[in-house]
Amino acid sequence: MNKYQVIVGMEVHAELKTNSKMFCGCKNDPFHAEKPNIYTCPVCLGLPGALPVANKRAIEWTVKLGLALGCKINLFSKFDRKHYFYPDLPKGYQISQYDLPFCYSGKVETSFGPVGITRVHLEEDTGKLIHQKVNGQDVSLIDFNRSSVPLIEIVTEPEIYSSAQAKEYAKKLRQIIRYLDISDCDMEKGGMRLEANISLQKEGETKLPNYKVELKNINSFRFLERGIEYEIERQKEILEEGKIPDQETRGYNAEKNTTYTQRSKENAADYRYFPDPDLPPIRFDNKWFGEIESTVPELLDTVFARWEKDYKVDRKLTELLFETASEAKKLDLIFSGLSNSKLPVDKFVNAVVNKKLNIDLFNKNSEEIVSIYKRSVQVDDITDEDLKKIITKIIGLNPKAVEDLKAGKTQSINFLVGQVMREAKKKIDFKRLESLITSIVGNI
Amino acid sequence: MLIDKSIKELSILLKKKEISSVDLVKESYSKIEKLDDKLHSFITIREKKEALKEAEKKDKEMKDDQSIIYGLPFSIKDAYCTENFRTTAGNKILDDFLPPYSAEIYKKIVNSGSILIGKNNMDAWGHGGSTENTDYQPAHNPWDLERIPGGSSGGSAIAISSRMVPFSIGEDTGGSIRSPSSMCNTSGLKVTYGRVSRLGAIAYASSLDSVGPMAKSAEDLSYLLEIMAGRDSYDSTSSMTKVDKYSQFLGIPIKGKIIGLPKEFFGAGLDPRVKKVLLDATKVFEKLGAKIIDVNLPHFTYGVSIYYLIALSETSSNLGRYDSFRFGGNRELFSEETKKRILLGTYALSAGYADKLYKKAQKLRTILIQEYNEALKICDVLLAPVNPSLPSKIGELINDPLKNLMEDLYTGTISLVGAPSLSIPSGFADGLPVGMQIIGKKFGEGELFQLGYLYQQETDWHKRLPTILKNKNE
Repeated sequence: MNKYQVIVGMEVHAELKTNSKMFCGCKNDPFHAEKPNIYTCPVCLGLPGALPVANKRAIEWTVKLGLALGCKINLFSKFDRKHYFYPDLPKGYQISQYDLPFCYSGKVETSFGPVGITRVHLEEDTGKLIHQKVNGQDVSLIDFNRSSVPLIEIVTEPEIYSSAQAKEYAKKLRQIIRYLDISDCDMEKGGMRLEANISLQKEGETKLPNYKVELKNINSFRFLERGIEYEIERQKEILEEGKIPDQETRGYNAEKNTTYTQRSKENAADYRYFPDPDLPPIRFDNKWFGEIESTVPELLDTVFARWEKDYKVDRKLTELLFETASEAKKLDLIFSGLSNSKLPVDKFVNAVVNKKLNIDLFNKNSEEIVSIYKRSVQVDDITDEDLKKIITKIIGLNPKAVEDLKAGKTQSINFLVGQVMREAKKKIDFKRLESLITSIVGNI
Repeated sequence: MLIDKSIKELSILLKKKEISSVDLVKESYSKIEKLDDKLHSFITIREKKEALKEAEKKDKEMKDDQSIIYGLPFSIKDAYCTENFRTTAGNKILDDFLPPYSAEIYKKIVNSGSILIGKNNMDAWGHGGSTENTDYQPAHNPWDLERIPGGSSGGSAIAISSRMVPFSIGEDTGGSIRSPSSMCNTSGLKVTYGRVSRLGAIAYASSLDSVGPMAKSAEDLSYLLEIMAGRDSYDSTSSMTKVDKYSQFLGIPIKGKIIGLPKEFFGAGLDPRVKKVLLDATKVFEKLGAKIIDVNLPHFTYGVSIYYLIALSETSSNLGRYDSFRFGGNRELFSEETKKRILLGTYALSAGYADKLYKKAQKLRTILIQEYNEALKICDVLLAPVNPSLPSKIGELINDPLKNLMEDLYTGTISLVGAPSLSIPSGFADGLPVGMQIIGKKFGEGELFQLGYLYQQETDWHKRLPTILKNKNE
C-alpha cells in the first residue's frame, strides 16, 4: 500500500458583531431575535429599488483582522456581486469580494508549522431556511434576520498537513478573532463555520493533487478533525483502487462519523462575478488606514511569548484566562502588580485556572486583585531562615514536646506548629512548618 | 388649458389664488379621461377623489413661501416605488406589488407639495425605447397615434405632451428620458450620474440609471432639478458635489460659448431629415453668439455595443431577484424582450466570455470617458441628435431588433460617460417632432439650462401642441 500525505486548505466564515448589518441599518442580532423576520428592511429583503450602503466598521474590522494575521492590505478595494439562485438569497446575488479582497498574504503559526493565509474578505450572510410542517404540510420558511449580516471569510493556502493541524489552526483563528473582539464565533449557532478542502498526495510527489473534496458547514473542531480523518481513509481506498475521488462538496454526519455527498462539483456554478455598481470602490487613505492600524492590539503570539519570558507563565494556562485584547491588557496590569509585590505570577495563574482562587479578573481593579491574592498566600510570607530561628527558639522553650515527638507522638507536632505560628504572628503553611520542625528535631 | 402654462406661471397664479390646485387636478383628470384610452400614458391612475381632497388641502395651506411646485399635479414613471401604491415597472411580475417604502425622489416631490395623479407607462424594466415593450397597453404618440412615443419613459412624455400634467419624473438609463422627450416634443433632462438619488428606482442597469425631470421647457426643468438634486446618504453612488441654483442660469447670455458637433453622431445612420433639423438648430445658437465646431469621439462608433454589453450584464444581475420565490408573479411573465436581455447579459458575464465581452466593454467605457473629457476641453457643450430617425410606426422596432438597438446610438453612449444631457424640441420633419440633446460637463446642468432656455426664447417648437389636442380643439 502506498503512503499518502493529506493536504488541507481551509475556508472559515465568521459573522462580525457590528451593531448593524453589512449593507443596511437593521439590527445585527440574528441569534437573539424574538421572532423571524423582525430585523429586516427593503435592503436586506432585496426589494425592488433598494440600495446597499457599506458598513464602515465592518470594513475596518476586516482590515484589523488582516493586520493581526500579518496580511497585506489592498488600499484600493471593492465589492463584487456573486450570483446564484437560492431561496435564502433575496437579491439573486451575494455581495462579496472577488479579485480585490481587503487583505491577502498573511499567516497563522501552529505547533506543526505556519499556515499561509491566502486572503481575508468581507461579504454578507444569507437568510436562513427553516424546514417544518405547517398545517400538516411540509414547507420551507425563510427567516431574513440573518440576511446581510457582515461575514468575513478567511482562506488558507493548501498548507495544512494533518487533521490535528487543521483543528489547531481553526482554534487559533477563533482565538485571534475573539481577541480582536470582532466576532463571537459561536459555532453552535453558525456564527463561525468551517470548511476544509481535502486531498491526498502520494508520498514523494510534489505537485498538488488534481482533485479536491470540499467538506462543508462543519460546526465543531472535533467534527473537523474527525471529518478529515474519515476523508483520509475514504480517499485512500479510492486512490488505492487506481481511481481519483470525485471533485465534490461533502457534509459530515456526526452520528455516524462519516461524510456524505452534498453536491457534485462536476458542473460547478459560474458565479458571474462583476463589481457591484451600487457600491463605489473603497480607497484607504493614510489617515483612515492609520486609524485602523492604531486599533490593532499587541499580537496574541507576542503577548504569550512576553508573558512566558517575563513571568514564566505557560501559554496553555494563560490562554484559559481571557479572550479579548482588553482583557489581556488587564492581565498585564495584574501580572506586573503581582511581580512588583514579589508574588509568583505562575502560581497565581495556576490558582485561578484550577479555581483555587475564585476571583473575577475583569471586574475588579488590578491592585485589588493583587492584594486579594497576597492575603490568600500569606503562608509563604516568611523566609526559611527566619522560620528556622523561630523554630530553634520554640524547641528550646518546649523540651517535653520535642521528647514526645522523638518518641513518635505525632500529635505533639501540632502543638509545636501552633507555637511557631504564634511566635511568627503569621499563618504559615502547615506542611512547610512540619517538615522544617521534623528536620531540625531530627538533627538534635 | 391651464396645464399649458409654465411651472413658474402656474405657481404665481396659485399663490395669487387666481387659480386653485383643485382646478389643476380637475384638468389633469379630465384630460386623462378624454385621452388616455388612446394614448395609454398611465399604468395606474390615482383615485380622483383622493387627489382632489389633497388639492383642497393644498389650496387651504397655500402660502407665498411654498415651493414652486406646491399644489401642482404630477405623474411619475412606474419605475419608482411608491409606498402602498401599486408599482409595476411596466411588468406583470410586479402586477400587484405594493412597496412598503417610497423612492427618495418621490418623497422629495411630494414633500414639496405636488400631488400625485398616477404612474406612467414604460417599457417593462426600462427595456426598450418605444413603450411598446410594456406588459400593459402599448403607448401611442400624441403627434401620430400610429407611432411610438419613444421610451422607456414614454408614458411621462405623453402625459406632458398632451398636457395631462405639468411635469413628470422619468428615468433614463440609455436614453429613456431623452428619446420620448424628443419624439413627443417635450423637454427632459438626463442628469449627471449621481446627481439625483436612485433610492427606490427599480434598477435596470445600476451604473447607468439616472433619475430626471420631464416637463415642457428647460426653464421648468431647472426649477425641478433644484428640488430633486442632492446627496442621499442611502445611495452610495449619489454625489457630494454642491447643488447649483439652476434657475439662476436662465437668461445668462451664451455669447462666446463653444458648441461641439461630434462627427460620429452626424454620420451614417442618421436620417437626413433629422440631420437638417439639427443643423438648423445650430444656426439659432450661432445667432445667439455661440461658436459651432466639429469634434471627434472616435470610439463612440462602438457605443451601442459597449452600452448593451454593460447594461444587459447589469440587468441580468438586477432582475435575478424576480426568481419566482417572491413577488407573486412567476418569472414566466418576463416578456420576450426582457428574456432576451437577461440571456445576453448572462452570456456576457459568463466564465470564458466575460473577458471578451463584459470586461472589454468596461475598458472601452473608460476610453469613451477619456474621449469625452478631451472633447469638453475644447468646447463647452456637445450638441447631438437624440434619435437617429423619426418616431417609428408601432410594431416596426419589435420586428427589427437591430434597428431597435441602434435607436440608442446617440443616447446610450452619453449614458456610459455619465454626463448630463438636456433633450429639447428642435423642430419638425414630416410633421413629427425632432429633439436635440445638449450634452454638458459632469454636474454642469446649469450650463445646459442656460443654453436650452435661450434657445427656447428664440424658438417656439416646445410650445407646439400635439395633433391629438388640436383635433379636439383644446
